[in-house]
Amino acid sequence: MSRLSIEIPGRAQTVLGDLQRDMERRISASQPGLCPVDMSLNFLRLCHAQTCGKCVPCRVGLSQLAVLIEQVLDRTATPETIDLIEDTAQVIADSADCAIGYEAANMVLRGVRGFREDYEEHVLHGRCICGLSHPVPCVSTCPAHVDVPGYIALVREGRYNEAVSLIRKDNPFPSACAYVCEHPCESQCRRRMVDDAVNICGLKRFAVDHSAPVPVERKAESTGKTVAIIGGGPGGLTAAYYLSLMGHDVTVYEQRPKLGGMLRYGIPDYRLPPEILDRDIKHITSAGVHVHAGVSIGRDLSMENICSSFDAVYIAIGAHTDKKLGLEGENAENVISAVKLLRGVGEGKVPDFTGKRVCVIGGGNVSMDATRTALRLGADHVTCVYRRRVEDMTAMSEEIEEAMAEGCQILPLQAPARIEVDEEGKVAALWTQPQLIGPYGQDGRPRPGSADTRQFRIPCDYVIVAIGQAIVAQPFEAIGITTSRGAIQADLTSSVPGVDNVFAGGDAVSGPATVIRAVAAGKVAAANIDNFLGFDHKISLDAEIPPAHFTNTPPCGRVNLKNRHLSSYRGDFSLLKEGMTPEEAHQESSRCLRCDHFGYGSFKGGRTTEW
Amino acid sequence: MVTLTIDGQTVQTREGATILEAAQSAEIRIPHLCYLKDINEIAACRVCCVEVEGERVLVTACNSPVKEGMTVHTNSPRARRTRRTNVELILSQHDCKCATCVRSGTCQLQTIANDLGILSLPYETQLPKGIRGKWTTTFPLYHDYNKCIKCMRCVQICDKIQTLNIWDVAGTGGRTTIDVSSNRVIKDSDCALCGQCITHCPVGGLRERDDTPKAFAALADPDKITVVQVAPAVRTAWGEYFDLKPEEATMERMAACLRRLGFDYIFDTNFTADLTILEEGNEFLHRLKSGGLTRWPMFTSCCPGWVRFLKGQFPELVGQLSTAKSPQQMFGSVVKSWFAQKLGVAPEKLFCVSVMPCVAKKAECELPTMATACGPDVDLVLTTRELVRMLRADKLDPANLPEEPLDDPLGVHSGAGVIFGATGGVMEAALRTAAYVLTGENPDPEAFAAVRTGPGLREATFEIASVPVRCAVVSGLGNARQLVEQLRANKVRYDFVEVMACPGGCVGGGGQPVSVEDEERYGVRGQRLYDLDRVNPMRFSHENSQVQVLYREFLGAPLSEKAEELLHTNHKAWSMPD
Repeated sequence: MSRLSIEIPGRAQTVLGDLQRDMERRISASQPGLCPVDMSLNFLRLCHAQTCGKCVPCRVGLSQLAVLIEQVLDRTATPETIDLIEDTAQVIADSADCAIGYEAANMVLRGVRGFREDYEEHVLHGRCICGLSHPVPCVSTCPAHVDVPGYIALVREGRYNEAVSLIRKDNPFPSACAYVCEHPCESQCRRRMVDDAVNICGLKRFAVDHSAPVPVERKAESTGKTVAIIGGGPGGLTAAYYLSLMGHDVTVYEQRPKLGGMLRYGIPDYRLPPEILDRDIKHITSAGVHVHAGVSIGRDLSMENICSSFDAVYIAIGAHTDKKLGLEGENAENVISAVKLLRGVGEGKVPDFTGKRVCVIGGGNVSMDATRTALRLGADHVTCVYRRRVEDMTAMSEEIEEAMAEGCQILPLQAPARIEVDEEGKVAALWTQPQLIGPYGQDGRPRPGSADTRQFRIPCDYVIVAIGQAIVAQPFEAIGITTSRGAIQADLTSSVPGVDNVFAGGDAVSGPATVIRAVAAGKVAAANIDNFLGFDHKISLDAEIPPAHFTNTPPCGRVNLKNRHLSSYRGDFSLLKEGMTPEEAHQESSRCLRCDHFGYGSFKGGRTTEW
Repeated sequence: MVTLTIDGQTVQTREGATILEAAQSAEIRIPHLCYLKDINEIAACRVCCVEVEGERVLVTACNSPVKEGMTVHTNSPRARRTRRTNVELILSQHDCKCATCVRSGTCQLQTIANDLGILSLPYETQLPKGIRGKWTTTFPLYHDYNKCIKCMRCVQICDKIQTLNIWDVAGTGGRTTIDVSSNRVIKDSDCALCGQCITHCPVGGLRERDDTPKAFAALADPDKITVVQVAPAVRTAWGEYFDLKPEEATMERMAACLRRLGFDYIFDTNFTADLTILEEGNEFLHRLKSGGLTRWPMFTSCCPGWVRFLKGQFPELVGQLSTAKSPQQMFGSVVKSWFAQKLGVAPEKLFCVSVMPCVAKKAECELPTMATACGPDVDLVLTTRELVRMLRADKLDPANLPEEPLDDPLGVHSGAGVIFGATGGVMEAALRTAAYVLTGENPDPEAFAAVRTGPGLREATFEIASVPVRCAVVSGLGNARQLVEQLRANKVRYDFVEVMACPGGCVGGGGQPVSVEDEERYGVRGQRLYDLDRVNPMRFSHENSQVQVLYREFLGAPLSEKAEELLHTNHKAWSMPD
């Protein structure tokens, strides 16, 4: 017998490891609307299977908790059972010997306290509150509820024009979204239960790249009603497009020379080329939308005037003003906001960073855009400074990875402390206070705090501030619109309380968000403005969706988009990502599980043909 | 056309047809359970799974379209094993006490399991525990959680055809069941009690409240004089269970059966159908002439499912219902007053039973408004199915019983009365009499046949004595909802609208026998009623001699004070649950 030997996992352990990874994906693909009590019970059972069996609270307690929750689901429990569950879980949380036990009990406790009414409904009436609608995951997680399985099926059949028309039923920015959507639709894609989410966004791009312009069809009869849209960004133009299709006379006021809002003036060209955006805008304006560009409300035209001369008004001004750091040296020359930098580039006012050292402050998507733009503007060195860890950054992980791959440095756990200014009044360096990541805060994220270390000096020529955006609210406050924390107050139907014919939505209301959320807000506004004007027009499309294939493809890798080969990023603002090849698009579209047809989809909620 | 091979046989079928339809066209039967054509094609039960060459897993025949050149095996070892296992799994969550189930013999699950020769189950029985398995015993509609196989047909019928959305999936995981939607209980729901969920249930998951013990008890009570009335639609369907031909399953043969059961007087609801026409027809003419129908029409009130629907969905329109009681209720109140007087007995001695194609009638007779000083109009309602069960209990074989006449005086009826059981019948009968009232002479009895057949909603305008009468006839509550919405939107204008809650009218009623083959039989049954009308020498309600006697001896004239007291009702005096 040798004294030591190299340990290799047995066959069972290898298979179990695979199963655990499958289970992780499966849990993350849980569809919305599941019964929290039933899910809790089954999480608990999984936890209990992990127990080592030594200590009583974990070995016996978790088992008894499972029995009690099962009684709740079987409706053989009484209201006292819920108290017993809570008390028992508390004891396990307080006395189990290791995390296997106390963390399992904590999960039960969070549930019994967080959704006690669900427990009670089960005990008293034997039912779930949640109603279990089992919607199609991608359609329900898309804020605009685009018919994803429908257009993927059309892409699979090579019917790209119809695919784009189907997207347009719910989202008039198919092209822009095909390039820059954050694709929440992929987060709970049921295909994750098999292998990985379908590359929905990539397939949308394939559809828009291979479709021809389709004229606007079916405009409703003119209603004689007028609607003003303030802001020609994605939200405003969405509302404008649908209201125009509904037969209303729509006028868009845009303060910049061109339409597109943040899509044009915030998102760099290497992600969304302007000619791609123009395809969507051309289609939208062809629906008969009047456009007044270069008109600023408050400066060129008063809000009172607009409110009285239109039957309804939609405010979709976005969030285009930068937030300030509030630090010493902030007003020095060469301290610029990311919004201004990106807007300037969008307008063709391109600064030259050749040979310069640039610091970008912030960890969101705008910060990544600024970081990568600075590199393309010729900067010698770009450092992105963030006060939390890289994994805490709110930018899409893909964006962060690409920024790093392009040669930018991400410096985490550094809180900006002050900006050092040279004798000419220009930026000389950014001083930061190193941070220590600490306990979790109310928002469920670990909080940084000052580390017991000296401040750190980063020599640089430019500081770009990307710590959030705000709105310009004064012209709207004049007519009685209230703002709170830099956002216009409007309810979830987008109507503005207290001002009869005024609606508002998008970033201006929600704070900086995504294109697709602005589109969704525009849709909501269009529907409710139509009703407000006394109509009930429906937006629909008679698309014949190809039937689902009988059986799905076996596990198959997800096709991801690749970057174009580049020897240098300097000065190159042309599109970085390459679309799928026809071969890739066919394979990828075949991975769709057609939840509109299989499972609950063929019973209820598989397809909504109008809104 | 698409050509494919099923079980070695070359089959040609239309493009877009399902594998199941293609197989059917070639006389190849694929067992299925949840499938209901055009209504429930959701592949829930997985009993119709077949093997398609080239596919990794089995394919459901009910909702998979055929493809050119495909090869299907319906009885391959894999298809057989899958079918059998899935049926065994369904049985493991089904209360298999067939001996005590009303659907034994007409149960599709029983048929499939028997056909497959399943003699024992490899799985543990899992039935709902505790209160989750319990349903109210007093409501006319009974849902058995232990027998429900969650095929979703009831959900779909109620959603798609009746648009009431009473049923939904409830619970999670293995506890998933069918229950009243939105966490309501059935008594608090706006269920119209049409019973279409019952007649489309493949198993015993849904049935009417069983009132046969009460009927037997009344028959056994020496102090009760039992009077039975039979609705027109019943005669078109009761013989189906006994394999009687339509011409054998006559009302007279049923009379013989009812007499053997022990009923003292056997009458026909058609008698009060004729009476209804005189009351409702005159009410209509009165409302038409007084300008009361300029914005909204008068709606018929003889269908209690429709009345429940209108009260639940459009309560603001309840005033547009005719105030006439339904023939069933008129019958009861005439029996307990006029007929009791004729017999010289106290009304409470009479026990009035009606045999109806309907579940809502059970609720109608229990309404506080459906009673007079003589007591409740009707004491007990039995569905056609319950009547069949009583005949079977007494081992009565109608084929071997002679035809016997009904009793006088409430057994006499016109052809106009008999067509009440089919969609359009009430309208046609009313128009025949209205024409007589307006012109003083009988019209051609076929003059209003335009409202008989056609789509769910039919409309016609008839010129009667140079008065244009705009009529609409609708059956099925989804169609009724559309009609009311069109009226509300001012897109249509009618004077008189007949509504029947069940598709095809009472012949398709929720109390009628259930077809194990999922056949919709209201078409043939309705035709039977029109045949009976055609051969009846008396085609007009106002010609019913005994109805004339009733007016002469007792009521005076239509809409008289006495008629109002006995034959009319206030639909607003009771409420549907909110």
